[in-house]
Amino acid sequence: MGRYVIRRLLQAIPVLLGSTFLIFCTVYALPGDPVMILGGERRIDPVLAAQLREQYGLNDPLIVQYWNYISGVFVGDFGETFQGVQVADLFAGKFQVTIQLAVTALIIEALVGLGLGLYAALRRGRWQDHAVLALTLLLVSVPTLVSGFVLQLVLGVKLKTELGIDFFPISGTEAGWRSFLVPGFVLAGTSIAYLVRLTRTSLMETLRADYIRTAVAKGMPRSRVLGRHALRNSLIPLVTYLGADLGTLMGGAVITEAIFNLNGIGQQLFQSVARRENAVVVGVVTVLVLVYLLANLIVDLLYAVLDPRIRYE
Amino acid sequence: MKKRSATDVLPAEGGLGNEPLLTVDNLHVEFHTRAGIVRAVNGVSYSLSAGETLAVLGESGSGKSVTAQAIMGILDMPPAVIPKGEIRFHGTNLLTLSEEGRTQVRGERIAMIFQDALSALNPVFTVGWQISEMFRVHRGMSKRDGMKKAVELMDKVRIPAARQRVNDYPHQFSGGMRQRIMIAMSIALDPEVLIADEPTTALDVTVQAQIMELLAELQRESNMGLILITHDLGVVADVADKISVMYAGRIVENAPVHDIYKAPAHPYSKGLLDSIPRVDHKGQELYAIKGLPPNLLDMPTGCAFHPRCPYRQDNCVTDVPPLYEISGVRSSACHYWREVLDGSRG
Ligand SMILES: Nc1ncnc2c1ncn2[C@@H]1O[C@H](COP(=O)(O)OP(=O)(O)OP(=O)(O)O)[C@@H](O)[C@H]1O
Ligand SMILES: [Mg+2]
Repeated sequence: MGRYVIRRLLQAIPVLLGSTFLIFCTVYALPGDPVMILGGERRIDPVLAAQLREQYGLNDPLIVQYWNYISGVFVGDFGETFQGVQVADLFAGKFQVTIQLAVTALIIEALVGLGLGLYAALRRGRWQDHAVLALTLLLVSVPTLVSGFVLQLVLGVKLKTELGIDFFPISGTEAGWRSFLVPGFVLAGTSIAYLVRLTRTSLMETLRADYIRTAVAKGMPRSRVLGRHALRNSLIPLVTYLGADLGTLMGGAVITEAIFNLNGIGQQLFQSVARRENAVVVGVVTVLVLVYLLANLIVDLLYAVLDPRIRYE
Repeated sequence: MKKRSATDVLPAEGGLGNEPLLTVDNLHVEFHTRAGIVRAVNGVSYSLSAGETLAVLGESGSGKSVTAQAIMGILDMPPAVIPKGEIRFHGTNLLTLSEEGRTQVRGERIAMIFQDALSALNPVFTVGWQISEMFRVHRGMSKRDGMKKAVELMDKVRIPAARQRVNDYPHQFSGGMRQRIMIAMSIALDPEVLIADEPTTALDVTVQAQIMELLAELQRESNMGLILITHDLGVVADVADKISVMYAGRIVENAPVHDIYKAPAHPYSKGLLDSIPRVDHKGQELYAIKGLPPNLLDMPTGCAFHPRCPYRQDNCVTDVPPLYEISGVRSSACHYWREVLDGSRG
């Protein structure tokens, strides 16, 4: 197991290099000169511009620029912005916000998605099943922008003004974990819908298996057949989905963060792309890729725990 | 009807009276599917006493497994419906028992072994866990005691190094060993009836013989009633006391094993027996019953076997043959069973 983990971590290095290089090239290829954008409306003195280009190594060939950057990353130096702020410092608080948001979303997704999915599977073909399926359609078809503002209005504003319940803050992170509930749900919306459907199919599939029939024939009560014999088997494919989704949730937080005014990495990414702050953009992506790889590793390890037929050595 | 629980009504082991241990009486099972009503079982009757082995024979699709599943109460209802018939265990009709009552009978007093042990065992639990579950759930035993029992049972079905292997998973065993685990699990609580649904079909020939031997031995030891569902007439001759032959969801012949081998009383049983390869007929072409099994969605009129029957007369097309009693222990669902019987004697 330990060797497997080390091998997987080593395998992550080329993936990390490849993906960061790609994003580096993409940012490089964006139209517009970062030095000129830095000046905004004013035209920058050409001498100063040349000096800045030299200082930030913008005249070097792409591959050299990339090397300068990535060799720093490996010792924890994510470079600095044109304003002279350390990118690593810029990240510190923001990643925390985004991770909190994504993890809240993931927990909500797991609870609601698994719960509704299992419920629908057990009520297969009845009205409850149809209702759940209709709900998933609603979840996929309403864009985050709409669901975000609507829920913000209903839960953040109306709940307080109409009913006097002050539980969900309108925006910001002052209220601690409560601040992330509504945005977490909004962010998880589409994923919940997919997870519900996946869970429902998975459990229904499992319930048709021969070993379920065996469990019934052994005289096991229904609750035990479902909770012990079927549940674990049907969870196996779902864990993969949930793990992969953590990366998606973190990367997809831009709009949600904007609506709820959460000062997270999505916001930062948006601004930095606009300002051509290559160091920040590549830094964000690097960390996201890392999170993604890590989540996948955890999923694979969990897999081995859930399914004894899989063994890593 | 008021649903009753098993403990109220089922006499304890041994309290038999005149009734056989298990009686299936005129059982009908249909599946309500999109394509229509599949009449999988159309009036099956057989009975089983303690210590007896009943072999159930018949082509694929003849309803052997569905009957067994109805006895176990593990049919999915819907789509399955049981419109008619009784399954009496110690004289109590299982079909009118409450779900709670049935759960107490299942596994505890009537147990079942399935054809493919790999898919019938849960891949994510150790074999020890799966065997000891019987003791933990039915007997309230602790984990440790349950595991001890599991090792004992694995020894009993002759799994080598049981103590070391009790924590292995099903996929780590060979096919024959997996079927032994299945058997260990089914006999865990000393059931009175064991239903083995083609327990050896998925195994190779030498292993088949060992498994059959094991089953026969366990049965002798504990005086269980054994229902052995099989395609393999060769196996049946050695272990069975009596045979029920099924065709298109019906019993076509019930007979003690020696009688039927000597002289079958139904054209379909005769066809089955004639199609066994025999040493003394070496070189001759193998006999095969002509035609195909009927479509259960669209059954032939009269006797379901008539389109394939060499003894067919006009009334076979219109009249459904009842089970004619030949002797106290023998019956045949053929209008012309006398002719068949004489023909096969001659
Ligand atoms: N769930 C179901 N829905 C519809 N039809 C079914 C269902 N289960 C069984 N059947 C039908 O019932 C008939 C009898 O099936 P059964 O499994 O009892 O046959 P069998 O005699 O055990 O055959 P085999 O030797 O192949 O195991 C088959 O034609 C099958 O298609
Ligand atoms: Mg079968």
